[in-house]
Amino acid sequence: MYDVAIVGAGIIGACVARKLSGYAIKTVVIEKDSDVGTGCTRANSGIVHGGYDAKPGSLKAKYNVLGQKMYDRLAKELRFPFKRNGSLVIAFDEKDIPRLEQLKEQGVENGLLDLRIAHKDELKELEPNLSENVYAALVVPAGGIVSPYEMAIAFAENAAQNGVEFMLDSEATSIDKKDGYFLISTPKGKVEARIIVNAAGEHSDEINNMLSEHKLKIIPRSGEYCLIDRTEGGLVKHTVFQLPTKMGKGILVTPTAEGNLLIGPTSADIEEKGNTATTMQGLGEVLEKARLSVKRVPINKIITSFCGLRPRTELDEFIIEEAKDVPGLINLCGIESPGLTAAPAIAEEVGRMIAERLNPAENKGFDPIRKITAPFRDMTGDERRAAIKENPDYGHIICRCETVTKAEIIAALRSPLPVRSLDAIKRRTRAGMGRCQAGFCSMRLLDIIAEECGISITDVTKSGGGSNILIERNKTSI
Amino acid sequence: MQKEIICISCPMGCRMSVTLDAGKVSQVTGATCKKGVDYAELECTNPMRIVTSTVPLSGSPLNTLPVKTQHAIPKDKIMDCVRSLKGITAKAPVAAGDIIVENVCGIGVNIVATRSSV
Amino acid sequence: MMKIDVAIIGGGPAGLAAAIGARRAGIQNVLILEREAYLGGILNQCIHNGFGLHTFKEELTGPEYAERYVLQIEEMGIPYMLNTMVLNITRDKKITAANSGGLLEIEAGAVILAMGCRERPRGALNIPGTRPVGVYTAGTAQKYVNLDGYMPGKEVVVLGSGDIGLIMARRLTFEGAKVRAVIELMPYSGGLKRNIVQCLDDYGIPLKLSHTVTEIKGAPRLAGVTVAQVDENRKPIPGTEEYIPCDTLLLSVGLIPENELSKSADVLLSDITGGAVVNERLETNVEGIFSCGNVLHVHDLVDFVSEESERAGENAAQYVRGEHLSNKDGGGVRLLATNGVRYTVPFTIDPRNVKDKVDVRFRVDNVYRDKYVSVYFGDEREQRRRRMILTPGEMETVVIKKEMFLKYPGVKTITVTIEE
Repeated sequence: MYDVAIVGAGIIGACVARKLSGYAIKTVVIEKDSDVGTGCTRANSGIVHGGYDAKPGSLKAKYNVLGQKMYDRLAKELRFPFKRNGSLVIAFDEKDIPRLEQLKEQGVENGLLDLRIAHKDELKELEPNLSENVYAALVVPAGGIVSPYEMAIAFAENAAQNGVEFMLDSEATSIDKKDGYFLISTPKGKVEARIIVNAAGEHSDEINNMLSEHKLKIIPRSGEYCLIDRTEGGLVKHTVFQLPTKMGKGILVTPTAEGNLLIGPTSADIEEKGNTATTMQGLGEVLEKARLSVKRVPINKIITSFCGLRPRTELDEFIIEEAKDVPGLINLCGIESPGLTAAPAIAEEVGRMIAERLNPAENKGFDPIRKITAPFRDMTGDERRAAIKENPDYGHIICRCETVTKAEIIAALRSPLPVRSLDAIKRRTRAGMGRCQAGFCSMRLLDIIAEECGISITDVTKSGGGSNILIERNKTSI
Repeated sequence: MQKEIICISCPMGCRMSVTLDAGKVSQVTGATCKKGVDYAELECTNPMRIVTSTVPLSGSPLNTLPVKTQHAIPKDKIMDCVRSLKGITAKAPVAAGDIIVENVCGIGVNIVATRSSV
Repeated sequence: MMKIDVAIIGGGPAGLAAAIGARRAGIQNVLILEREAYLGGILNQCIHNGFGLHTFKEELTGPEYAERYVLQIEEMGIPYMLNTMVLNITRDKKITAANSGGLLEIEAGAVILAMGCRERPRGALNIPGTRPVGVYTAGTAQKYVNLDGYMPGKEVVVLGSGDIGLIMARRLTFEGAKVRAVIELMPYSGGLKRNIVQCLDDYGIPLKLSHTVTEIKGAPRLAGVTVAQVDENRKPIPGTEEYIPCDTLLLSVGLIPENELSKSADVLLSDITGGAVVNERLETNVEGIFSCGNVLHVHDLVDFVSEESERAGENAAQYVRGEHLSNKDGGGVRLLATNGVRYTVPFTIDPRNVKDKVDVRFRVDNVYRDKYVSVYFGDEREQRRRRMILTPGEMETVVIKKEMFLKYPGVKTITVTIEE
């Protein structure tokens, strides 16, 4: 019997897991995919929002500002890529100034005191590659950029390090309410838990609806992006937003925490959950609208395009509460933007709710520092020499574009979470994420994964269930 | 009988019409040069191909051994030749030129290694 | 710090020939740095025949061609380091490399860049749809099948009719896959006629010219692709879409010279070739750093790679001995590529360094039939040769002879152009 079962290992589930690992309770995370952070967390803008955008008094505003302020410390403790690069909200016309002013006032009301409006001349200095048509901008110094999936991995690994169990490839297919506990069925067996934290993102309505009569409905909203080579990562220094519309914050142009350039997202409500296909119209719109913000969009340097989903409900507000008719089911639902920013603060709140219910002792052994070695890429010459001497696998470069060594790949396979897919290794080490998109290293990666995990090369997958890369030996089907 | 073929002798890729009488080429039209006519005659009477493939290799740091037919074989024997390699494993050490399969499909041509391995 | 007279980055066909060239020109202290566990580079996975007709007057497979050069390297006792990745090169020719023995620091008299090229990945095409398993560059699939001995799928569509794509269509057929179609955006194929006939026609694989893939479907595995015809602006024509079920999509959509290391040494690159801007000695803007093979410009025949690289090796040897004129004084005649000629290699020629001739390689931007390739010295037409056909897939050559420079003293530009 677990005290808490967290359903979903996205950024919310991972943050809650890490928070709960500070208590002396038994916590398990149940995740349907083969890795953490593979749903909404994997594909979004990766922005830590200042907090000017949400309606004052809303949960979105509250947790945005609280969460935003936690990032500097968390990034240090957990070693995930984060940078407070500042955001700009740009306007193209003098008549948009009142809207910028309004945003500014809203931000001040939400607790952001350092907002200001910059005009064209200053902007030219601040961001020389902004389009000539930009008239003015709201400057948001608190805005930042983060790698969302690396952040989820960091929280999850630190939680695992502190005693939280992770069940991957374990979809919660049904949940039964028993006397004082829940019985959760997964393909990997049944799990009993006193409390369920529903952090299932896009599927959080389904989890709620298995237990509660107060039905919820997630209306997934898709967003398409183009990711551009690191050589263009310096096109802008700030995250450049256009004035928001009803459908969201508009198309942004931003450096990413890993140094790439990201443009997007579009915004479209879609019928089908899990549909992350990009479309010709969507990608066209991304390029077209990004061109309004900056002088040039380096389309010949696009590395990849992708589509993410926002787990939206009709309420246009976070749901952070115990289901009224199901004691012990804590719903974290509709956590769309600024959900990533808010996640650590939401986790604090959930921690408080759990503590109220279980009155747990502190976990004495809790270590807030994630144990991880620096990437070879970032080492100095002397550090590299020492690393190779210590472990010759550091001298074996597997991914040339991102300078990833065999030692790092093996370390990722032996990390606290039991991952073995190519995508999982890529997210942890950046192997295969560079400009050649794994053309060079994928065969080497397959060989290392197969050897290290003691599996056949045909059992290695791209991203778990059914995504095997190689299917059979040559001439099997001839 | 008429056959339409594309010349492979140069990038021109001339489309040629070849007239065959009793298995012999009697006329070639559409060729721009003599090479085309020669190619058409060979390709329409006795098309030949070198076949290359791989077989698994044991006892070597390499997983596979590339192989080829030592000489060109008739085009209609290509798939038979490839199929006959199914189930064959080569053993290291091996040198390029070593015979891996003798007289493949009984057509008098050997399959030889095209790479050496210790 | 290791001192090497001529350091060669890459042990593929370019690096091997460059090493041989440098050694033949009398330099003993040559070193090849190779990241793989063996020499020969990409030739090892090109197991098909068709290599070496120019060099050896016989038709070899890729591994056989590589082995001929590796044997020469062994016979000449040229040192090489395997499993060694070069991490950085500076403009004063200091090289940092890593292998399991540690970090190597090399001070080189001359550096020859011979890193080859890589394939353009899916992202560069920005094809809409899902991101399933089963989409690979043709060369990646070639590695899986030819080096590991495993199949990525059974029902295949190939996008792009470059030679690697054509070769892989046949290879996968041999190994038990069904190749549904080869899709080519342009109205002509970039591949050799011989490969179209012997890799596609022989097996009844359709080649769809003026078509492209407009959508990728399926998750987690590729389920199929939507293919559409394109108009003269290469835009898909609505209503021509066709869905082709497949579990594998191979991309054969171009090669990019792999010049990340060159950039670290401040080597100037051409936007057109993606390779270094070199003079008649294949020397880059950075004195003593030379470039050859596919890292300089993508070749169609390995024989030309070997020939060019051997020259780079000889030139590097001369540089080390201080035998040639520096390019510092900018004494070069500029080559201009116009009217259908996309680029020339070299980009400049210093007549004082020309012994008897310079082979100028170039590529054209379209298919041209029955035209003339002309060479102008300044405004004077010096050469005019009739060509029945010129295609983008084939590298072309004009020969600039020493005596031409004598005829036009003080000439500033040489223009290579296509004329009626």
